[in-house]
Amino acid sequence: MSTEALAYEQASRRYAGVSAVDYVSLKIARTSFVALVGASGSGKSTLLRLANRLDTPDTGRVLVDGKDIAFADPIALRRGIGYVFQNIGLFPHLSVAENIGIIPRLAGRAPIDVAAALERVGLSPDLAGRLPAQLSGGQQQRVGIARALAGEGKLLLMDEPFGALDPVTRDTLGKTVRKLHDDLELTTILVTHDMAEALLLADRIIVMSEGKIVADASPRELLAGQTGPEANALVAVPREQAQRLAALLQ
Amino acid sequence: MSEALRQLPPLIASHVLLAAAAMALALVIGLPLGLAAARRPRLAAFSVGFAGLVQTIPGLALLALFYPLLLALSALIGGGIRALGFLPALLALTLYALLPILRNVVAGLQGIDPAVLQAADAVGMTPGQRLRLVEAPLAAPVAMAGIRTAAVWTIGAATLATTVGYPSLGNPIFAGLQIERWDLVLAGCIAAALLALITDGLLGLIERGIGRRERRLTLTGAGLLILGLLLACLPLLHGPERTVTIGAKNFSEQYILARLIGGRLEQAGYRVAYREGLGSAVAFRALESGDIDVYVEYSGTLWTGLMGRTDTPTRQAMLDGIARWIAAGPKTALVGPLGFENAYALAVRPNSGLASITDLAGKAPDLTLGADLEFLERPEWRAIRDAYGLRFRATRAYSPTFMYRALQSGQADAISAFSSDGRIAADHLTVLADPKGAMPHYDAILLAAPKRAKDKHFLAALRPLVNRISVEDMRTANYSVDRDVDKQTPEAAARWLESRTRR
Repeated sequence: MSTEALAYEQASRRYAGVSAVDYVSLKIARTSFVALVGASGSGKSTLLRLANRLDTPDTGRVLVDGKDIAFADPIALRRGIGYVFQNIGLFPHLSVAENIGIIPRLAGRAPIDVAAALERVGLSPDLAGRLPAQLSGGQQQRVGIARALAGEGKLLLMDEPFGALDPVTRDTLGKTVRKLHDDLELTTILVTHDMAEALLLADRIIVMSEGKIVADASPRELLAGQTGPEANALVAVPREQAQRLAALLQ
Repeated sequence: MSEALRQLPPLIASHVLLAAAAMALALVIGLPLGLAAARRPRLAAFSVGFAGLVQTIPGLALLALFYPLLLALSALIGGGIRALGFLPALLALTLYALLPILRNVVAGLQGIDPAVLQAADAVGMTPGQRLRLVEAPLAAPVAMAGIRTAAVWTIGAATLATTVGYPSLGNPIFAGLQIERWDLVLAGCIAAALLALITDGLLGLIERGIGRRERRLTLTGAGLLILGLLLACLPLLHGPERTVTIGAKNFSEQYILARLIGGRLEQAGYRVAYREGLGSAVAFRALESGDIDVYVEYSGTLWTGLMGRTDTPTRQAMLDGIARWIAAGPKTALVGPLGFENAYALAVRPNSGLASITDLAGKAPDLTLGADLEFLERPEWRAIRDAYGLRFRATRAYSPTFMYRALQSGQADAISAFSSDGRIAADHLTVLADPKGAMPHYDAILLAAPKRAKDKHFLAALRPLVNRISVEDMRTANYSVDRDVDKQTPEAAARWLESRTRR
């Protein structure tokens, strides 16, 4: 297929006179794993939220599968796009199984296989009857991912999904997400401020600053330092840490 | 006590009906308003502020305020609104219940984690689905706590509905306070408290059911609540057509006469209900509108109050004047005078050698007048003072109980008294004659509602009471209820009075 999974055309979004997203044009190919990186307030989360109409652009267009989503039904659109965010937002009064099955239920589709959905995010099917409060933070976010995938959409938007987790959990969950991405042939966009995470998980890294894209390259190109001062500054830290760790290991 | 308990079931029924209706109306208003307010901070501030303001008005005053308000409204749309009874009570209680419901619905909705709401949007919930699946269940425990508070308040405050002529558990409370029958007060209080406790318990069951997501617990609570509501309202199912409502103002004589009338009507085959503790202004309007069917009024009250007259005609001229006024205007039925007066009079100790106010006037400069708290400000006092040229050495105001003691102990030599007061008989006081006819007359007269004016069966049951009650008998009956020892019930006093009318 020739059309991109997601495309922005001169999209901008301003809050109280300040540009969060400033005339951004961007094409994201099917099955790519893209990391959106930048400092807080660089506009990366807003850019993500424009994709499922949690936010609407002031100018420009956003296209999903080649169609302008301004003319799409936002409810149907969101049910077809997985969305995972830092605060997880599991429904505290619903069981794990009910949380995971919410999108099919809303859409009036047949109930999903909860056990399979749990296993694919690395959780035991025994957890199905639990309430979210009875799970650890990492388990909760795995349920959040399972819920996002239950819509059976091919586009997965993740807004700092590992932000509140400890380093070990972050790492294993990152690997789980990458595996799901590959197995299910998803198009994944991961917003993160952790460059090391972006470098290790993504095929393509987009660096944002003040609402604009300031770098757009593969992890290898970024590490080579060919992509401008903002990107170099962000890459410098993990690169230096990696070198020091390598020195320690020798 | 058993007699006090016997009259409770119909009162519980109407009490529960009123409280349930007020709660239902408050929920119908409060839930959507709370929902709207939770999303609009300005509406939330305004509506919660308004409900809070209402809450600062004492319950009794709020009920009283609705009376003129509804009268004005009724006049505006050309009549048809009942300013007394169910409607004002319902409106006041609804306003009262609104605050806790509104405040807790808003708090419950605003307390939901924003991340959960964002997730609800992100998974593609429509606004309706979001409300039903996320917001309502998450806000429900807090909202239910507010509903419980409102229910307990409403059941308690519904006792005040008695004062606007709606029968409630306030009836035995207010009547008991007035005639110092503590068993009546207790029966009303305990019944109202039990109702509130049971309701609170069942609502608590529902609240726990919602909080723990146990549907069966919620349904059990709701089912029991509905069952209780139906059970409580069962006495209302008895046919109302033959039911007569007898009104009474808030003092012993009125309670006794209401029971006397009630006894006669029961013998004539009517089912009888009582509305007691009516205010003086409220009683006649309640009769006019048919909320009550019959009550005893005093001629002077109609003459100066509703008819706005200031002259002091003879007893018969006043009765004739009232009959003409009724025929021309209110169309209520004047059954007739009962034969005694409850008028202001001057009384002195026995064996004082005085027989009339003329006798008193000669000795007044050496004597002290004891008066109740308002007598010296009333037109009755000015009328006799000017007619007889009364000049006392001193005048003192007392509360009624102390006034009689002051007369007995010699601190006062003459007192203002009500002519049918039982203490006149008990203390063997002499009521001074009024040869100049200066004191306005307060003949007890039996009035019936317009719809009873042509009801021959009804009037025939009451006519035998006309001119059959002497002031001495009324004093004795009043005293038997008012005295501190060997107190009689109004029912017993009424039975005795009934036996006297048959002599």
